[in-house]
Amino acid sequence: MSSIGTGYDLSASQFSPDGRVFQVEYAQKAVENSGTALGLRCKDGIVFAVEKIITSKLYERGANKRIFSIDTHAGVASAGLLADARAVVDVGRAEAANYRAEYGRPIPCKFLAERISSYHHAYTLYSAVRPFGCAIMIGVYDEDGPQMYLIDPSGMCHGYWGCAIGKAKQNAKTEIEKLKLKDMTCRELVKESAKIIYLVHDEVKDKMFEMELSWVCEESGGRHQFVPDALYKEAERHAKAALEEDSSDEDEEM
Amino acid sequence: MTDTRQLCVMMAGASLSGMFTPNLWSGGPAPGQLYNFPASKTQHDSKTHTMYPSTSGTSVVGLVYDGGVMLAADTLGSYGSLARFRNINRVFKVTNKAVLACSGDIADYQFIREVIEQKVRDDEIHGYTPELNAGALHCWLTRVLYNRRSKFDPLWLESVVAGYKGDKPFLGFVDKIGTAFEAKEVATGFGVHLAIPMIREAREKGNLTKDTARKLLVDCLKVLYYRDCRAHFKYQLADITPEGITIHDDLDLKQDTSWEVANFIRGYD
Amino acid sequence: MALDMVMEPDYMRDPRKHHFSPYMENGGTSIAIAGDDFVMIASDTRLTRGFNILSREQEKVLPLTANTMMASSGCWADVLTLSKVLKDRITMYSHEHNETMPTTAVAQMLSTMLYWRRFFPYYVSNILAGLDEQGKGVVYHYDPVGHMEQLAFSATGASVAQIQPLLDNQAGALNMKDTTPPKITRDLARQLIHDAFISAAERDINTGDGVIVHTITKEGKTEETIKLRRD
Repeated sequence: MSSIGTGYDLSASQFSPDGRVFQVEYAQKAVENSGTALGLRCKDGIVFAVEKIITSKLYERGANKRIFSIDTHAGVASAGLLADARAVVDVGRAEAANYRAEYGRPIPCKFLAERISSYHHAYTLYSAVRPFGCAIMIGVYDEDGPQMYLIDPSGMCHGYWGCAIGKAKQNAKTEIEKLKLKDMTCRELVKESAKIIYLVHDEVKDKMFEMELSWVCEESGGRHQFVPDALYKEAERHAKAALEEDSSDEDEEM
Repeated sequence: MTDTRQLCVMMAGASLSGMFTPNLWSGGPAPGQLYNFPASKTQHDSKTHTMYPSTSGTSVVGLVYDGGVMLAADTLGSYGSLARFRNINRVFKVTNKAVLACSGDIADYQFIREVIEQKVRDDEIHGYTPELNAGALHCWLTRVLYNRRSKFDPLWLESVVAGYKGDKPFLGFVDKIGTAFEAKEVATGFGVHLAIPMIREAREKGNLTKDTARKLLVDCLKVLYYRDCRAHFKYQLADITPEGITIHDDLDLKQDTSWEVANFIRGYD
Repeated sequence: MALDMVMEPDYMRDPRKHHFSPYMENGGTSIAIAGDDFVMIASDTRLTRGFNILSREQEKVLPLTANTMMASSGCWADVLTLSKVLKDRITMYSHEHNETMPTTAVAQMLSTMLYWRRFFPYYVSNILAGLDEQGKGVVYHYDPVGHMEQLAFSATGASVAQIQPLLDNQAGALNMKDTTPPKITRDLARQLIHDAFISAAERDINTGDGVIVHTITKEGKTEETIKLRRD
């Protein structure tokens, strides 16, 4: 970034002369450094997949999850600083619990997404705070069907059919665009998303990773859950097989 | 806040003015405090607490049998002597290991139910795996109810917690002041007088199987329906076994009861 | 906020009026007798509310440390709360000092904890029994607001009026001419507890169902169950 050191990047409360807020851009950079996460929406639910990069063999399996539940019907997949994501998720949980206490029904996805994005945005306005170094995808399956929103560190919030965040987001998006999301089921998407995660994983730069898969859909009874073990294994097998096939194709071409 | 004592001191004590700082004017706002109208109540006294129940439910009856726990309660919400709401559910499945049923104030029950539901949701979304079991719920309830009674703001409830604690069946009682115990048979309200002796007697005669337990429980409800003016014929029944919890809603006692004797009653016509 | 709010019999109140009292009398009787190298503490297992028996198998002697136990009865909600807090304080003590809290220290702490609630008391009668630092049996008796007294033997709870005179006479040789107190052996203590409870159950509806007698010696704790009348 050429403008580094020009002095306009020391505070989130100051614009640069060309109209940028560098602190926010740095926060977005933190998201781009993170392992890839993707969210897919189809006719009967939402699927999240995360490539969680493991930096040490000594870590326990399943620790430091990057997929969270906000409420029984709402899930979140995150990229960026995990500790920041956790703080945001906590706020989301409080919002969801408050909404239930007040209105006696589950919080609508749009409402939840707007509340969290306002919270993100508030942290881009003051010199005394730093923006959240995380982006999150929120997925809900309720009476209005499946919905998914992406919130980035600036507080931008959009609804999506498919989205990806993290270091391989471009490749992942290209792969997602190949899918006929509107005609697919979550069961199929779990396998597809696993495949994409294995495909975009950079074995040279990041040796180890752990895949997280979750869904909230018809089949999970409208609850956001990690996918069942059997399905996870099947998706993993499918992903690895597809990868093998790709590489053997390449071999033939050579 | 200016009170009469200070005023007296002011009036009597011109010579004491060195010791007491006189008020600038009486009844006026003291710095940093709200203006107090004379003879008006201060805000501090305006808080009131539940000192009697409003819409209330009558007895809950529960028992442990060979292979599980069973519990039943009718669906009436009484408003004094008025049978106000005839279809109120007050048996509630908390998790796959715990059921809660309450008699007493229905509003307090619905409040505590919402708190517990959120608690269970929190456990689930945080991924805490040991599911809230009946023993834990019972213990938690004792603390909540005891703390509220200590603030003189009780939740007007007598509750029965049924389910499993580990692999052992659990049946417990907690009331509005925090009295709590576990027992093989538990009841609230009139059930303590009418149902408990029936269950204890049946138990002394032999083991309770699922069928005899259910029959016994229905007998208890029948007796309660006959003799308790605030009881009702519609009821819910929860059966908890290691396999899981079944709550039967919309059960009806009416076809099993007979009011024939009413025809023989004389002296009221 | 005193003990006058404790209990007014059901039949004295206007049956149409609800009324809130934070206290309830749940019965329960306890006895403790100390010997030179042991102490016995026992309580009945009946839990009552008015004329109802809520439970026939509610233990009222609570283990506190390896050589201290407390018998507690009165308002059962307060018993539960007091014992929970007491056990927590004992655990904290053991964490801070890396040793078990001695019986004498537990005894003093219990008194302090009761007095802290002087103006909204725990409505409980307590006896604390254990072995002191010399391995000698000790018994402490409390009133609900923390008055404490060390004794050789004591009764408390629902049937105290029936049992205490019996113990005074048989264990303390009081109220008699020309007698000396007997040597308190385990057999004598056990027999006295047994007879006292049987007699109390005959005369007091708030005592019955069963007794659990705990014996603490330097070898450890043992317990024995005695049946009582269930009516």
